[in-house]
Amino acid sequence: MNTTKHTAAPAVLEEAPLVQGGLTFGGITDKISGIVERPTPKLWWLLFGIALSGTLILAGAIGWLFYEGTGIWGLNNPVGWGWAIVNFVFWVGIGHAGTLISAILFLLRQKWRTAINRFAEAMTIVAVICAGIFPAIHVGRIWIVYYMFPLPNQMDMWPNFRSPLLWDVFAVGTYFTVSFLFWYVGLVPDLATFRDRAKTKIKKMVFGVMSLGWLGGNRQWRHYELAYLMLAGLATPLVLSVHSVVSTDFATSLIPGWHTTIFPPYFVAGAIFSGFGMVLTLAIIARKVFSLQNLITIDHLEKMNKIILVTGSMVGYAYIMEFFIAWYSGNIYEVFAFINRGFGNYAWAYWIMFLCNVITPQLFWFRKLRRSIVAMFTLSIFVNIGMWFERFVITVTSLSRDFLPSSWDYYSPTIWDIMTFVGSFGLFFTLFLLFLRFLPLIAMSEVKGVMPEADPHHHGHADTPAEGGAA
Amino acid sequence: MKTWAILAQFDTPADLMHAASSTRDAGYRKFDCHSPFPIHGMDDAMGLKRSSVGFIVGVMAVIGATIGFVLQTWVATSAYPLVISGKPLFSWQAFIIITFALFVLFGAFGAVFGMFRLIRLPRWHHPLFYSEQFKVVTDDGFVLVIESDDAKFDENGTKEFLAAIGGKNIELVRGEG
Repeated sequence: MNTTKHTAAPAVLEEAPLVQGGLTFGGITDKISGIVERPTPKLWWLLFGIALSGTLILAGAIGWLFYEGTGIWGLNNPVGWGWAIVNFVFWVGIGHAGTLISAILFLLRQKWRTAINRFAEAMTIVAVICAGIFPAIHVGRIWIVYYMFPLPNQMDMWPNFRSPLLWDVFAVGTYFTVSFLFWYVGLVPDLATFRDRAKTKIKKMVFGVMSLGWLGGNRQWRHYELAYLMLAGLATPLVLSVHSVVSTDFATSLIPGWHTTIFPPYFVAGAIFSGFGMVLTLAIIARKVFSLQNLITIDHLEKMNKIILVTGSMVGYAYIMEFFIAWYSGNIYEVFAFINRGFGNYAWAYWIMFLCNVITPQLFWFRKLRRSIVAMFTLSIFVNIGMWFERFVITVTSLSRDFLPSSWDYYSPTIWDIMTFVGSFGLFFTLFLLFLRFLPLIAMSEVKGVMPEADPHHHGHADTPAEGGAA
Repeated sequence: MKTWAILAQFDTPADLMHAASSTRDAGYRKFDCHSPFPIHGMDDAMGLKRSSVGFIVGVMAVIGATIGFVLQTWVATSAYPLVISGKPLFSWQAFIIITFALFVLFGAFGAVFGMFRLIRLPRWHHPLFYSEQFKVVTDDGFVLVIESDDAKFDENGTKEFLAAIGGKNIELVRGEG
């Protein structure tokens, strides 16, 4: 009796280990470095070929745009913002999940982030590159695109700092720079691992230069860790502000359906929602292709699904609240704008959005679906589609039915709009595949750091690295 | 080439941390503990103070915010005054976002470049790279390095000391720091 009483498990919930399959420190190094050191798989070449073709389509579409002008797009009056702006908001939003994982979850001490933060951050950087293209090519006269920056010039002309469009330049520019620095700082210790494993002279030189001479001494780590924490602290308010600023592009105008104060938080929730959709899509594929089931476990995926459920519910709340406020405001233009969204010329887009963003994510209330790869992959695709449509609904529906019925028009994309959008996916996957092929897709040093064996107060089991195993 | 340092390997993070406190207690100052990931509690074991990166970040962030706010104010009120919707030229509320963006941007520059300055990177070469076994540090090894510049350093004595605290594969590293 007594013994049972003493050995009974204490009333704490034991979490499953983050790294499964008995991987050791060395095992993690071999696993992640092995992906890059192995000869390039045929599948990679196939995917890269497809992605690169997409990039060429993008280049072609942009080339023609520069030659001919924005008239090749389906824009009209009053719909002056079409797919280009939709795509911009879509891609910036995708990026937000990477920063949420790398910065906010870091501050919240969510150790499970280490398995996914590296490629989520890479996804952020690539997505922001794709996003940045659209407003730049949208200016029409690309040769004076530098007017956006406050550069001293012979005309003594300066940009209007009170315009949200200029805020965007600074917010997105800062976001890209900070995300890139954060990602690169995280990469340095892993690049040093690659440097020390390199066999050929070229690899030794390339990784030697890229790892900046990293030694892994505690006199480096102590500064490194604080710098990383500082970056996380800076990136956290930044990521929340970026999509808020993007939303002010709409919210500071007077168009019914745009002129609402709910936009900043609603855009941020939507951004994180869409970004997690994309991270999940990519994570499921990468996990399968590179057999990373021990590092990106089903528990990791379930946690992401919970975030999708939470942010999806916030988005759903915002959709419904918009309708309520439109009615409550008593403003006839506002009321019309929302009735028109649900039942007007673009109702089909509205209901696709509503289905993909509000209804299907609710399936994640079921644990079984949260842990089913097929279910979550399907739902993540739904999220990606739904969030693109959300931006389409916001941008196009509101513009096409503004104040004066005499100016109303219907907007449809042209083949060039479609090619630019498809091409941006090509660019996204081209850069992402290059990352998967040449850089460590999982943060090795961070994953090792959250293993129980890494804690100096860990009292080894029989399975701790054997004597001399380090050599 | 002169002796640059002596290094020794340890099996686990805990061993390396004990070794670090022993080394510090033995009076060594110029030593470092190399590991594939940061080990919590190592700063105390080695007797190191808190990093000053935070201070650099703070100063840089304030500089960034100041540049942002002053630039916008100067442009809006004096260099290129534009009246938009009859709003005052000095509409500071509209300047907050870019001020904030530059606060974050400069702060991040401070964190990254300040940190690299403090750890004296980038550098393309280091005597420790002469050691083959030092490569375990970026994989799964835990290595303690005592530099020959240390006042207490003495080739044989230090070697014996490292062996006594449990160091393995003790190696003499030669090179110019």
